[in-house]
Amino acid sequence: MTIGLYAAGRSWLHHLPAGAKVSGLLAASLALFLVASPAVAICAVPVAAAIYLSTGTPWRRLISDLRGPAVLVGFVFLFHLAFGSAEDGALAVGRFATLILLAGAVTLSTPVSEMAELVEWLLGPLARFGFRPEKVGLAIGLAIRFIPVIAEEYRHIREAQAARGLGRNPLALIVPLVIRTLKAADALADAIDARGYDA
Amino acid sequence: MTRDVSTRDIVYIALFAALMAAVNLVPPIYLGFLPVPITAGTLGVMLAGCLIGAKRGGLAILLFVLLVALGLPLLAGGHGGLGVFFGPSAGFIIAWPIAAYVTGWLTEMNWKRMNAVWFFVFSVIGGIGVVYLIGIPWLAVVAKLSLFDAAKGSLVFVPGDVIKAIAAALIAETVRRSYPLMQAAR
Repeated sequence: MTIGLYAAGRSWLHHLPAGAKVSGLLAASLALFLVASPAVAICAVPVAAAIYLSTGTPWRRLISDLRGPAVLVGFVFLFHLAFGSAEDGALAVGRFATLILLAGAVTLSTPVSEMAELVEWLLGPLARFGFRPEKVGLAIGLAIRFIPVIAEEYRHIREAQAARGLGRNPLALIVPLVIRTLKAADALADAIDARGYDA
Repeated sequence: MTRDVSTRDIVYIALFAALMAAVNLVPPIYLGFLPVPITAGTLGVMLAGCLIGAKRGGLAILLFVLLVALGLPLLAGGHGGLGVFFGPSAGFIIAWPIAAYVTGWLTEMNWKRMNAVWFFVFSVIGGIGVVYLIGIPWLAVVAKLSLFDAAKGSLVFVPGDVIKAIAAALIAETVRRSYPLMQAAR
Protein backbone atom coordinates (compact mmCIF):
# COMPACT_ATOMS: atom_id res chain seq x y z
CA MET A 1 0.00 0.00 0.00
CA THR A 2 1.37 3.43 -0.85
CA ILE A 3 -0.16 6.33 0.97
CA GLY A 4 0.88 9.92 1.11
CA LEU A 5 3.33 11.82 -1.00
CA TYR A 6 5.80 8.95 -1.42
CA ALA A 7 6.44 7.92 -5.02
CA ALA A 8 7.85 4.44 -5.53
CA GLY A 9 11.10 4.29 -7.49
CA ARG A 10 14.57 2.81 -7.66
CA SER A 11 16.79 5.91 -7.54
CA TRP A 12 19.84 6.25 -5.27
CA LEU A 13 17.77 8.37 -2.88
CA HIS A 14 15.18 5.61 -2.58
CA HIS A 15 17.94 3.22 -1.49
CA LEU A 16 19.41 5.48 1.21
CA PRO A 17 18.10 4.84 4.75
CA ALA A 18 15.60 7.42 6.04
CA GLY A 19 17.91 8.46 8.87
CA ALA A 20 20.71 9.38 6.45
CA LYS A 21 18.37 11.43 4.28
CA VAL A 22 16.87 13.35 7.19
CA SER A 23 20.29 14.08 8.74
CA GLY A 24 21.54 15.22 5.34
CA LEU A 25 18.56 17.56 5.07
CA LEU A 26 19.21 18.98 8.55
CA ALA A 27 22.90 19.44 7.72
CA ALA A 28 22.00 21.28 4.50
CA SER A 29 19.60 23.61 6.32
CA LEU A 30 22.16 24.33 9.05
CA ALA A 31 24.84 25.03 6.43
CA LEU A 32 22.59 27.40 4.48
CA PHE A 33 21.80 29.36 7.61
CA LEU A 34 25.44 29.58 8.74
CA VAL A 35 26.72 30.57 5.28
CA ALA A 36 24.50 33.61 4.82
CA SER A 37 25.58 34.45 1.28
CA PRO A 38 23.00 35.13 -1.45
CA ALA A 39 25.35 33.73 -4.14
CA VAL A 40 25.69 30.37 -2.35
CA ALA A 41 21.96 30.19 -1.68
CA ILE A 42 21.06 30.92 -5.31
CA CYS A 43 23.65 28.44 -6.65
CA ALA A 44 22.26 25.75 -4.33
CA VAL A 45 18.82 25.93 -5.98
CA PRO A 46 19.72 24.14 -9.26
CA VAL A 47 21.68 21.52 -7.26
CA ALA A 48 18.63 20.87 -5.09
CA ALA A 49 16.39 20.76 -8.17
CA ALA A 50 18.74 18.19 -9.74
CA ILE A 51 18.57 16.04 -6.60
CA TYR A 52 14.76 16.35 -6.59
CA LEU A 53 14.53 15.30 -10.25
CA SER A 54 17.06 12.48 -9.75
CA THR A 55 14.35 10.63 -7.81
CA GLY A 56 12.70 10.06 -11.19
CA THR A 57 9.93 12.56 -10.47
CA PRO A 58 8.26 13.99 -13.56
CA TRP A 59 8.36 17.76 -14.10
CA ARG A 60 4.62 17.96 -13.74
CA ARG A 61 4.75 16.73 -10.15
CA LEU A 62 7.59 19.16 -9.36
CA ILE A 63 5.52 22.09 -10.58
CA SER A 64 2.30 21.04 -8.85
CA ASP A 65 4.19 20.36 -5.58
CA LEU A 66 5.86 23.72 -5.57
CA ARG A 67 3.02 25.98 -6.61
CA GLY A 68 1.79 26.52 -3.02
CA PRO A 69 5.17 27.30 -1.40
CA ALA A 70 6.20 29.38 -4.45
CA VAL A 71 3.36 31.83 -3.81
CA LEU A 72 4.45 32.31 -0.17
CA VAL A 73 8.12 32.65 -1.09
CA GLY A 74 7.15 35.12 -3.81
CA PHE A 75 5.38 37.24 -1.20
CA VAL A 76 8.50 37.21 0.97
CA PHE A 77 10.58 38.40 -2.01
CA LEU A 78 8.13 41.19 -2.77
CA PHE A 79 8.33 42.29 0.86
CA HIS A 80 12.10 42.43 0.62
CA LEU A 81 11.95 44.45 -2.59
CA ALA A 82 9.44 46.86 -1.07
CA PHE A 83 10.88 47.32 2.43
CA GLY A 84 14.39 45.83 2.42
CA SER A 85 17.15 45.00 -0.04
CA ALA A 86 17.10 42.75 -3.10
CA GLU A 87 20.19 40.99 -1.69
CA ASP A 88 18.38 39.83 1.45
CA GLY A 89 15.45 38.86 -0.72
CA ALA A 90 17.65 36.70 -2.95
CA LEU A 91 19.20 35.02 0.10
CA ALA A 92 15.79 34.24 1.62
CA VAL A 93 14.32 32.97 -1.64
CA GLY A 94 17.41 30.87 -2.45
CA ARG A 95 17.34 29.28 1.00
CA PHE A 96 13.61 28.53 0.89
CA ALA A 97 13.74 27.10 -2.63
CA THR A 98 16.76 24.89 -1.87
CA LEU A 99 15.41 23.52 1.39
CA ILE A 100 11.85 23.00 0.12
CA LEU A 101 13.23 21.08 -2.87
CA LEU A 102 15.57 18.95 -0.73
CA ALA A 103 12.87 18.24 1.85
CA GLY A 104 10.48 17.38 -0.98
CA ALA A 105 13.03 14.93 -2.37
CA VAL A 106 13.28 13.19 1.04
CA THR A 107 9.48 12.95 1.33
CA LEU A 108 9.16 11.66 -2.25
CA SER A 109 11.72 8.92 -1.78
CA THR A 110 10.83 7.68 1.73
CA PRO A 111 7.69 5.64 2.50
CA VAL A 112 5.60 6.81 5.45
CA SER A 113 6.25 3.52 7.26
CA GLU A 114 10.04 4.05 7.07
CA MET A 115 9.67 7.59 8.42
CA ALA A 116 7.48 6.27 11.26
CA GLU A 117 10.14 3.68 12.12
CA LEU A 118 12.73 6.46 12.23
CA VAL A 119 10.54 8.41 14.68
CA GLU A 120 10.08 5.36 16.91
CA TRP A 121 13.84 4.75 16.83
CA LEU A 122 14.56 8.39 17.72
CA LEU A 123 12.13 8.16 20.65
CA GLY A 124 13.72 4.91 21.84
CA PRO A 125 16.12 6.50 24.36
CA LEU A 126 13.15 8.16 26.09
CA ALA A 127 11.98 4.71 27.24
CA ARG A 128 14.31 5.18 30.21
CA PHE A 129 12.09 7.96 31.53
CA GLY A 130 8.94 5.85 31.47
CA PHE A 131 8.00 6.97 27.98
CA ARG A 132 6.67 4.21 25.71
CA PRO A 133 7.56 4.61 22.02
CA GLU A 134 5.20 1.78 21.07
CA LYS A 135 2.33 3.95 22.31
CA VAL A 136 3.40 6.54 19.76
CA GLY A 137 3.40 3.77 17.15
CA LEU A 138 -0.15 2.81 18.19
CA ALA A 139 -1.29 6.43 17.94
CA ILE A 140 0.29 6.85 14.48
CA GLY A 141 -1.27 3.61 13.24
CA LEU A 142 -4.72 4.45 14.63
CA ALA A 143 -4.66 7.95 13.16
CA ILE A 144 -3.61 6.74 9.71
CA ARG A 145 -6.29 4.04 9.84
CA PHE A 146 -8.99 6.47 10.89
CA ILE A 147 -8.27 9.32 8.47
CA PRO A 148 -10.17 7.63 5.59
CA VAL A 149 -12.94 6.52 7.99
CA ILE A 150 -13.53 10.03 9.29
CA ALA A 151 -13.18 11.53 5.80
CA GLU A 152 -15.86 9.10 4.60
CA GLU A 153 -18.01 10.06 7.59
CA TYR A 154 -17.57 13.71 6.59
CA ARG A 155 -18.82 12.96 3.06
CA HIS A 156 -21.91 11.20 4.47
CA ILE A 157 -22.69 14.11 6.76
CA ARG A 158 -22.18 16.61 3.93
CA GLU A 159 -24.64 14.73 1.72
CA ALA A 160 -27.20 14.43 4.51
CA GLN A 161 -26.95 18.13 5.35
CA ALA A 162 -27.01 19.13 1.68
CA ALA A 163 -30.34 17.29 1.41
CA ARG A 164 -31.58 19.56 4.24
CA GLY A 165 -30.18 22.65 2.51
CA LEU A 166 -27.34 22.95 5.05
CA GLY A 167 -24.51 21.78 2.81
CA ARG A 168 -22.59 25.05 3.16
CA ASN A 169 -23.08 25.56 6.89
CA PRO A 170 -19.78 24.67 8.64
CA LEU A 171 -21.55 24.29 12.00
CA ALA A 172 -23.99 21.71 10.60
CA LEU A 173 -21.06 19.82 9.07
CA ILE A 174 -18.50 19.85 11.87
CA VAL A 175 -20.66 19.38 15.00
CA PRO A 176 -21.98 15.93 13.92
CA LEU A 177 -18.49 15.01 12.69
CA VAL A 178 -16.96 15.84 16.09
CA ILE A 179 -19.65 13.97 18.03
CA ARG A 180 -19.38 10.90 15.82
CA THR A 181 -15.59 10.97 16.21
CA LEU A 182 -15.90 11.18 20.00
CA LYS A 183 -18.38 8.28 20.02
CA ALA A 184 -16.08 6.23 17.79
CA ALA A 185 -13.18 7.00 20.13
CA ASP A 186 -15.14 5.81 23.19
CA ALA A 187 -16.20 2.60 21.45
CA LEU A 188 -12.68 1.94 20.19
CA ALA A 189 -11.11 2.56 23.60
CA ASP A 190 -13.60 0.12 25.18
CA ALA A 191 -12.73 -2.45 22.53
CA ILE A 192 -8.98 -2.08 23.09
CA ASP A 193 -9.38 -2.23 26.89
CA ALA A 194 -11.63 -5.30 26.61
CA ARG A 195 -8.79 -7.09 24.83
CA GLY A 196 -6.39 -6.25 27.64
CA TYR A 197 -4.00 -4.11 25.57
CA ASP A 198 -2.95 -1.78 28.37
CA ALA A 199 -0.20 -3.06 30.63
CA MET B 1 3.33 13.97 31.91
CA THR B 2 3.50 11.26 29.30
CA ARG B 3 3.47 8.63 32.02
CA ASP B 4 -0.28 8.83 32.56
CA VAL B 5 -1.38 8.56 28.94
CA SER B 6 -3.99 5.78 29.04
CA THR B 7 -5.29 3.70 26.14
CA ARG B 8 -8.38 5.89 26.10
CA ASP B 9 -6.19 8.98 25.83
CA ILE B 10 -4.23 7.48 22.94
CA VAL B 11 -7.44 6.69 21.08
CA TYR B 12 -8.75 10.23 21.63
CA ILE B 13 -5.41 11.68 20.51
CA ALA B 14 -5.30 9.50 17.38
CA LEU B 15 -8.91 10.11 16.40
CA PHE B 16 -8.67 13.83 16.94
CA ALA B 17 -5.54 13.91 14.78
CA ALA B 18 -7.57 12.08 12.12
CA LEU B 19 -10.45 14.53 12.65
CA MET B 20 -8.03 17.39 12.13
CA ALA B 21 -7.09 15.80 8.80
CA ALA B 22 -10.78 15.52 7.83
CA VAL B 23 -11.44 19.13 8.84
CA ASN B 24 -8.68 20.15 6.42
CA LEU B 25 -10.77 18.57 3.64
CA VAL B 26 -13.35 21.32 4.10
CA PRO B 27 -12.63 23.45 1.04
CA PRO B 28 -11.11 26.91 1.64
CA ILE B 29 -13.74 29.64 1.86
CA TYR B 30 -13.16 32.80 -0.18
CA LEU B 31 -14.72 35.94 1.24
CA GLY B 32 -14.75 38.93 -1.06
CA PHE B 33 -13.20 41.39 1.38
CA LEU B 34 -10.24 39.19 2.34
CA PRO B 35 -7.20 38.77 0.08
CA VAL B 36 -6.48 35.21 1.29
CA PRO B 37 -8.86 32.23 1.56
CA ILE B 38 -9.88 30.94 4.98
CA THR B 39 -8.48 27.44 5.41
CA ALA B 40 -9.66 25.14 8.14
CA GLY B 41 -6.19 24.48 9.65
CA THR B 42 -6.31 26.40 12.91
CA LEU B 43 -10.01 25.58 13.36
CA GLY B 44 -8.98 22.01 14.24
CA VAL B 45 -6.33 23.36 16.61
CA MET B 46 -8.88 25.48 18.48
CA LEU B 47 -11.40 22.61 18.58
CA ALA B 48 -8.87 20.12 19.93
CA GLY B 49 -8.03 22.46 22.80
CA CYS B 50 -11.66 23.30 23.53
CA LEU B 51 -12.97 19.74 23.41
CA ILE B 52 -10.39 17.25 24.67
CA GLY B 53 -8.29 19.41 26.95
CA ALA B 54 -4.68 20.53 27.19
CA LYS B 55 -2.67 17.30 27.25
CA ARG B 56 -4.75 15.27 24.81
CA GLY B 57 -5.53 18.23 22.53
CA GLY B 58 -1.90 19.30 22.37
CA LEU B 59 -0.73 15.74 21.69
CA ALA B 60 -3.45 15.22 19.06
CA ILE B 61 -2.25 18.24 17.12
CA LEU B 62 1.39 17.21 17.66
CA LEU B 63 0.50 13.82 16.17
CA PHE B 64 -1.18 15.55 13.24
CA VAL B 65 1.91 17.68 12.61
CA LEU B 66 4.05 14.54 12.88
CA LEU B 67 1.88 12.77 10.29
CA VAL B 68 2.37 15.73 7.94
CA ALA B 69 6.13 15.50 8.48
CA LEU B 70 6.08 11.75 7.76
CA GLY B 71 4.80 12.58 4.27
CA LEU B 72 0.99 12.52 4.43
CA PRO B 73 -0.71 15.26 2.36
CA LEU B 74 -3.00 16.38 5.17
CA LEU B 75 -2.71 20.17 5.12
CA ALA B 76 -5.27 22.27 3.25
CA GLY B 77 -4.83 21.90 -0.50
CA GLY B 78 -3.17 18.49 -0.17
CA HIS B 79 0.16 19.84 1.08
CA GLY B 80 2.44 17.89 3.36
CA GLY B 81 5.85 16.33 3.71
CA LEU B 82 9.05 17.70 5.18
CA GLY B 83 9.03 20.66 2.77
CA VAL B 84 6.30 22.32 4.85
CA PHE B 85 8.76 22.66 7.73
CA PHE B 86 11.31 24.53 5.63
CA GLY B 87 8.89 27.03 4.08
CA PRO B 88 8.05 30.53 5.34
CA SER B 89 4.98 29.36 7.28
CA ALA B 90 6.76 26.57 9.20
CA GLY B 91 6.70 28.46 12.51
CA PHE B 92 2.92 28.79 12.40
CA ILE B 93 2.45 25.05 11.96
CA ILE B 94 5.00 24.17 14.63
CA ALA B 95 3.10 26.50 16.97
CA TRP B 96 -0.16 24.57 16.52
CA PRO B 97 0.39 21.89 19.22
CA ILE B 98 1.39 24.54 21.78
CA ALA B 99 -1.64 26.60 20.77
CA ALA B 100 -3.96 23.62 21.29
CA TYR B 101 -2.31 22.98 24.68
CA VAL B 102 -2.82 26.59 25.81
CA THR B 103 -6.45 26.69 24.64
CA GLY B 104 -7.04 23.33 26.33
CA TRP B 105 -5.40 24.40 29.57
CA LEU B 106 -7.47 27.58 29.79
CA THR B 107 -10.62 25.58 28.99
CA GLU B 108 -9.89 22.96 31.67
CA MET B 109 -9.18 25.63 34.29
CA ASN B 110 -12.53 27.31 33.58
CA TRP B 111 -14.62 24.26 32.63
CA LYS B 112 -17.39 25.04 35.14
CA ARG B 113 -18.25 28.36 33.51
CA MET B 114 -17.55 27.58 29.86
CA ASN B 115 -19.89 29.05 27.29
CA ALA B 116 -19.52 30.21 23.69
CA VAL B 117 -17.94 33.52 24.75
CA TRP B 118 -15.20 31.88 26.84
CA PHE B 119 -14.59 29.28 24.12
CA PHE B 120 -14.11 32.21 21.73
CA VAL B 121 -11.73 34.05 24.08
CA PHE B 122 -9.60 30.95 24.71
CA SER B 123 -9.57 30.04 21.01
CA VAL B 124 -8.29 33.53 20.23
CA ILE B 125 -5.59 33.35 22.93
CA GLY B 126 -4.35 29.93 21.76
CA GLY B 127 -5.27 29.73 18.11
CA ILE B 128 -4.31 33.30 17.25
CA GLY B 129 -2.15 34.68 20.10
CA VAL B 130 0.18 31.72 20.58
CA VAL B 131 0.33 30.88 16.86
CA TYR B 132 1.38 34.40 15.85
CA LEU B 133 3.68 34.78 18.86
CA ILE B 134 5.74 31.84 17.55
CA GLY B 135 5.04 32.08 13.82
CA ILE B 136 5.97 35.73 13.29
CA PRO B 137 9.45 35.65 14.92
CA TRP B 138 10.12 32.37 13.10
CA LEU B 139 9.12 33.95 9.78
CA ALA B 140 11.28 36.99 10.55
CA VAL B 141 14.37 34.83 11.18
CA VAL B 142 14.04 32.39 8.27
CA ALA B 143 12.92 35.01 5.74
CA LYS B 144 15.42 37.67 6.97
CA LEU B 145 12.56 40.12 7.48
CA SER B 146 12.26 42.57 10.35
CA LEU B 147 9.79 41.56 13.06
CA PHE B 148 7.58 44.46 12.05
CA ASP B 149 7.51 43.46 8.37
CA ALA B 150 6.84 39.81 9.26
CA ALA B 151 3.95 40.90 11.46
CA LYS B 152 2.58 43.16 8.73
CA GLY B 153 2.66 40.31 6.23
CA SER B 154 0.87 38.00 8.63
CA LEU B 155 -1.91 40.45 9.40
CA VAL B 156 -3.91 39.47 6.30
CA PHE B 157 -4.69 36.14 7.97
CA VAL B 158 -6.05 37.61 11.21
CA PRO B 159 -9.65 38.33 10.06
CA GLY B 160 -9.98 34.75 8.79
CA ASP B 161 -8.61 33.44 12.08
CA VAL B 162 -11.12 35.50 14.07
CA ILE B 163 -13.94 34.03 11.96
CA LYS B 164 -12.53 30.56 12.69
CA ALA B 165 -12.41 31.32 16.43
CA ILE B 166 -16.11 32.25 16.26
CA ALA B 167 -16.86 29.00 14.41
CA ALA B 168 -14.76 26.98 16.90
CA ALA B 169 -16.61 28.59 19.82
CA LEU B 170 -20.04 27.83 18.35
CA ILE B 171 -19.05 24.24 17.54
CA ALA B 172 -17.42 23.65 20.94
CA GLU B 173 -20.44 25.08 22.79
CA THR B 174 -22.88 22.93 20.78
CA VAL B 175 -20.80 19.81 21.40
CA ARG B 176 -20.39 20.64 25.10
CA ARG B 177 -24.16 20.80 25.49
CA SER B 178 -24.83 17.60 23.57
CA TYR B 179 -21.98 15.28 24.55
CA PRO B 180 -20.34 14.67 27.93
CA LEU B 181 -16.70 15.63 27.47
CA MET B 182 -14.53 16.60 30.36
CA GLN B 183 -15.81 13.99 32.81
CA ALA B 184 -13.68 11.59 30.83
CA ALA B 185 -10.77 14.01 30.83
CA ARG B 186 -10.08 13.79 34.54
